[in-house]
Amino acid sequence: MNKPMRRVAVFCGLLIVALLARANWVQFVQADELQNHSDNRRVLIERFAHPRGDIIVDGEPITGSTETDDTDFRYKRTYTDGELWASVTGFSSQVYGSTMLEGVEDDFLTGDDDRLFFNNTIDMLTGEDQRGGNVVTTLNTAAQRAAVEGLGDARGAVAAIDPRTGAILALASTPSYDPSTIAGSNDGEAWNALLRENNPDDPTLNRALRATYPPGSTFKIVTAAAALENGVVDDVDTETDTPTPYDLPDTNGERVDNQLDGRCENATLRVALIDSCNTVFAALSDEVGNEEMIDTAESFGYNQGQDLQVPIRVEESVYPEDNRPQNAQAGFGQASNRATPLQMAMVAASVANNGSLMEPYMVDRLVAPNLNVVEQHEPEEMSRPMSRETAQQLQSAMESVVEEGPSGPAAAIDGVRVGGKTGTAQRGENNSENPYAWFISYAMLDDESPVAVAVVVEDAEVERNEISGSGLAAPIAHDVMQAVLDSAN
Amino acid sequence: MSSTSNTTVSTGGLPSRRNTELAMLVFAVLVPVLAYANVGLAKDGSLPAGMAGYGLGLGLLAGVTHLVVRRWAPYADPLMLPIAVLLNGLGLVLIWRLDQEPTITTPALGGPMAPNQLLWSAVGVALFLAVLLFLKDHRILQRYTYISMVVALFLLVMPLIPGIGRQVNGARIWVSLPGIGSLQPAEFAKIVIAVFFAGYLMVKRDALALASRRVLGLYLPRGRDLGPILVIWGISLMILVFETDLGTSLLFFGVFVIMLYVATERTSWIVFGLLLSAGGAVFVASFNSHVGERVDQWLNPLEYEPGYVTETAQVVFSFGSGGLLGSGLGQGYTRLIQGIAPKSDYILATVGEELGLAGLMAVILLYALLIERGFRTALAARDPFGKLLAMGLTAVFALQTFVVAGGVLGVIPLTGMTMPFLAQGGSSVIANWALIALLLRISDTARRPAPAPAPSLDAEETQVVRA
Repeated sequence: MNKPMRRVAVFCGLLIVALLARANWVQFVQADELQNHSDNRRVLIERFAHPRGDIIVDGEPITGSTETDDTDFRYKRTYTDGELWASVTGFSSQVYGSTMLEGVEDDFLTGDDDRLFFNNTIDMLTGEDQRGGNVVTTLNTAAQRAAVEGLGDARGAVAAIDPRTGAILALASTPSYDPSTIAGSNDGEAWNALLRENNPDDPTLNRALRATYPPGSTFKIVTAAAALENGVVDDVDTETDTPTPYDLPDTNGERVDNQLDGRCENATLRVALIDSCNTVFAALSDEVGNEEMIDTAESFGYNQGQDLQVPIRVEESVYPEDNRPQNAQAGFGQASNRATPLQMAMVAASVANNGSLMEPYMVDRLVAPNLNVVEQHEPEEMSRPMSRETAQQLQSAMESVVEEGPSGPAAAIDGVRVGGKTGTAQRGENNSENPYAWFISYAMLDDESPVAVAVVVEDAEVERNEISGSGLAAPIAHDVMQAVLDSAN
Repeated sequence: MSSTSNTTVSTGGLPSRRNTELAMLVFAVLVPVLAYANVGLAKDGSLPAGMAGYGLGLGLLAGVTHLVVRRWAPYADPLMLPIAVLLNGLGLVLIWRLDQEPTITTPALGGPMAPNQLLWSAVGVALFLAVLLFLKDHRILQRYTYISMVVALFLLVMPLIPGIGRQVNGARIWVSLPGIGSLQPAEFAKIVIAVFFAGYLMVKRDALALASRRVLGLYLPRGRDLGPILVIWGISLMILVFETDLGTSLLFFGVFVIMLYVATERTSWIVFGLLLSAGGAVFVASFNSHVGERVDQWLNPLEYEPGYVTETAQVVFSFGSGGLLGSGLGQGYTRLIQGIAPKSDYILATVGEELGLAGLMAVILLYALLIERGFRTALAARDPFGKLLAMGLTAVFALQTFVVAGGVLGVIPLTGMTMPFLAQGGSSVIANWALIALLLRISDTARRPAPAPAPSLDAEETQVVRA
C-alpha cells in the first residue's frame, strides 16, 4: 500500500504548493493594485486616519481637522470660514472625494507626497502619527472678503491677480456653500441639496475658474491689442475707418449697432472704448482676420485645453476658428468666444504689467510639518501678448474709460490710476435672458500695478436696464482693488 | 523518503521524542501568548487584562495533553500535538482580536466569540484525552465498521431532519440541539466515515483490486464492486443538492477515492473518481443557483454592482492589503468583510492581512507539516487497517485544509467549511482534536518498538537441573 500512499502524499504536497503560489500571487504580485483599488475602503480609512495639513491664507489656516467618533474615519475636515473660501479650498469629504486645492494638493495635505517621505520616516521612528504638510496660498483675505460681500446674493464670480507676479489675490464664486457641511460620512442630505439637479444655483461650481461666459465688451481690449499689434491701427488716438452702423461681411445686410451712437463712426480706439462702440471693434476684428485674432487671444491664455492650472485646473477659454461674420462679432465679445473670469483678469493684468502676462498661480509654497519649505513658486512669464508701447497706449485708453465713461464714479480710486472696461454680455436666444454684467480693471501705484480684477455678475435681482457692467460689476471691482491697495500699505 | 521511520516495521529502539515534544509545546504556547500581547499593545497600547489567564489556560491544556501522551502514547509522533496546540492558540488569538472590532461583535451577531471558543477547545482537548485514555489500540475500531457507516449516514442527513436542521447562508449544514447549542454534524461524520472506509476497504480490497477486466489499459471493476463507489457518489451528490454543502460532498467523495486507490493500488479508481466528480460538479453547477453563484464569484472576484462590494472582493482586498509583511496584528481591517464570516470561514483573510504573506505562508506550512506527519504515520503503521485509517484521517484533514484555504484564497470556488483549529466553530475544533488523537494513537502503535523476539533456546547454555 505504500506506493499509492506516497503518490497521494505528493498530490497533497502539490495542493499545498498551489495554495502557496496563489498566496504569493494575491499578496505580492497583485498587492499594489488591490491596496490602491478605488473600492478598497482601507484607502479612505488611511486618508482620514491622521489630521490633514492646512491651507493657509495671510498666515492663518482657513482649514482644520477634528476627531470624530466614526468607526472608519478618525478625522474630519473643518473650515474656519467655509463659505468665504469654498471656491479656493473646495471640499475634502469622507464620502464625496475632494476638489479644488483640497483635491489638487491632496497628497501633500495627507502627507502621502513622496517629498514628505523623510519627514514621515522621522515621525515613524519617533512614534508620532503621520502628519500632512501645509499649503500656503497667495490669497488676500481682505480682497476675498470684498469680492464675496460685493457679489452678495447674486450669482457671479470675481478673480483678482497681482499683474507683476501672477499671484491670485481673490477668487470668489457665489452663491457659495460651506464645505464643512459635507465633510463627514453622514452628510448625504447636505450633499444632495448642493447637487445641480436639486439646486439651480449649483453652488459647488467654481465660477471664477470653471465657468465660461461670453466676455461681451470686455473683450474689446483683446481686439484693440490685436489691431495695434498687427498694425491695423497706429495708436489709440488715430481715427479708424469704421462705418456705423456696420454691415456684417458675407451676410444679407445683418447689422451691428451701438447703444450709444454719437461718437462711434470712425472713432479712435480711446473713444470707441469709452463709448463701447461695437461697430468699431467688429470692423477691426474683421480687418485683423480670424487667424490673427486667434493668435492674439491665445497669447492672452485662450485655447489652452486643460493646460492652464493654477494649480487648480482652469476651464478652457475659447476663441474658435470661425467665418467672417462670427469673427467680426467676436471682436466685441458677442459670438462663440467665451472666457472664464480668471481669463479676463489675465487680460487686464497683461495690459497693467506693460504687456507681460505672468503665469497665474495661487500656491506660494508647500511647507512640510517640520516647517521645511518643500516647494516655492517662482513667478514666471507666461507670454507677451503685446509690446510695452501697445500696453501703455491701452493703459491710457482704459484709464480714460474710468475717467470719462459711465463706470467712472464707481471704479475710480483717489490718488491711484485706475483703468477698466465694462461689458454687458447678452445671453439667450435674441437676448431673451438677463445679460451678464462684466467689469475688468487694474490699479496702478508708482507705475506698477499691484492688482488686476475681473468681475462677472449673472442676472441679479434688478431691473433689466440696470444690468450693466458699470452699475453692478464696477463697484465690486473697486472694493477689491481698494482692499488690495489698503493691505499693501 | 530516506527516513528510517518510513519502514513498515520499525526495528525498535526509536527514541520516544517526548522531550522534543515538550520543548515544541513551550513555543506553541509562547507564540500565541505573545501574539495576544501584540494585539493588546497595538489596540490600546497596554497588555490585555486577560493575558495571564489566557496564557495559563493554554499552558494548562498543553501541559495536560503532554502528560497524557507521555504516559499513554509514549511513542507517538512528537510534532502533531505542538502544531495542533499552536494552530488552536493562534485561532483563539485571531478570534479574540476580531472580537475587539465593535462592528462585527454586536449582540445580534452573537457578541464576543473567543470565550466560547476557548471552552470548545477545552472540550476538544478533553475528547483528545478520552480517546488516548480509552482507545488502547486503534484496531478495536475495526469491529465497528458497519456501525460507523450507519452513524456517519445519520450524521450526514441530520441537518435535513425537520425541527433540528437549520439553514444558514443558503447551506443546510447545521443542527441545533436543545441544551447543547448548534453543531455541524458533518465535522464529526468525516472521522466516523474514515473509520468505515478503512474497515470496509481492508476487507474488500483484494476483491476490488483483482477481480477486474482489462480494457484499453485500464482495469475496469466488476459491476458489483462498482456498487459502493456509486453509492458514496450518490450520497455526496445528495449532500450537495439538499444541503448545498459543496465542501462536505467534495471532501467525502475525495477521501473515498483516495482510500480506494490506496487500498487497491489501482489507478483506474482515480480515473473513475475524477469522471464521477466532474459529472457531479457540472450537474450541480448548472442546476443549483447557490453553487453557480459561488463559481461566478470565484472566476470574477472583483466584479460587482458599483457601490456594493461583495464579500469575495472584500476578502481579496484584505489579502492584497496585507502585502508581504502585513499590517501587524490588530491593525488590519478584515472587519470590512462584515458579519461573523471574518471569524469563521474567512479567518485566513485576517492572517493574510495582519501577518502578511510571510505569516500566511507560515500558517499554511504548519498545516502542511501536520499533514506530512499524518502521511508518515500511515506509511509507518504496521497493520493495513491502521494504514488505511491514518491515510483516511490525514486525507480528510488535507482536503479540508485545501478546500477552505483554496476557497478563501481563490484557488477553487468557495465552500462553507472551517479551517481546522483556526476558525471559530465548536464542532470543528472538537472533531479535529479527536482526529489528532486517533492519528497519535496509530503513530504510537507504529513507532512502538517491536516486542523483543522470544529468546532462542539453542542460544542458552545447557543447564543441569538437579533434583
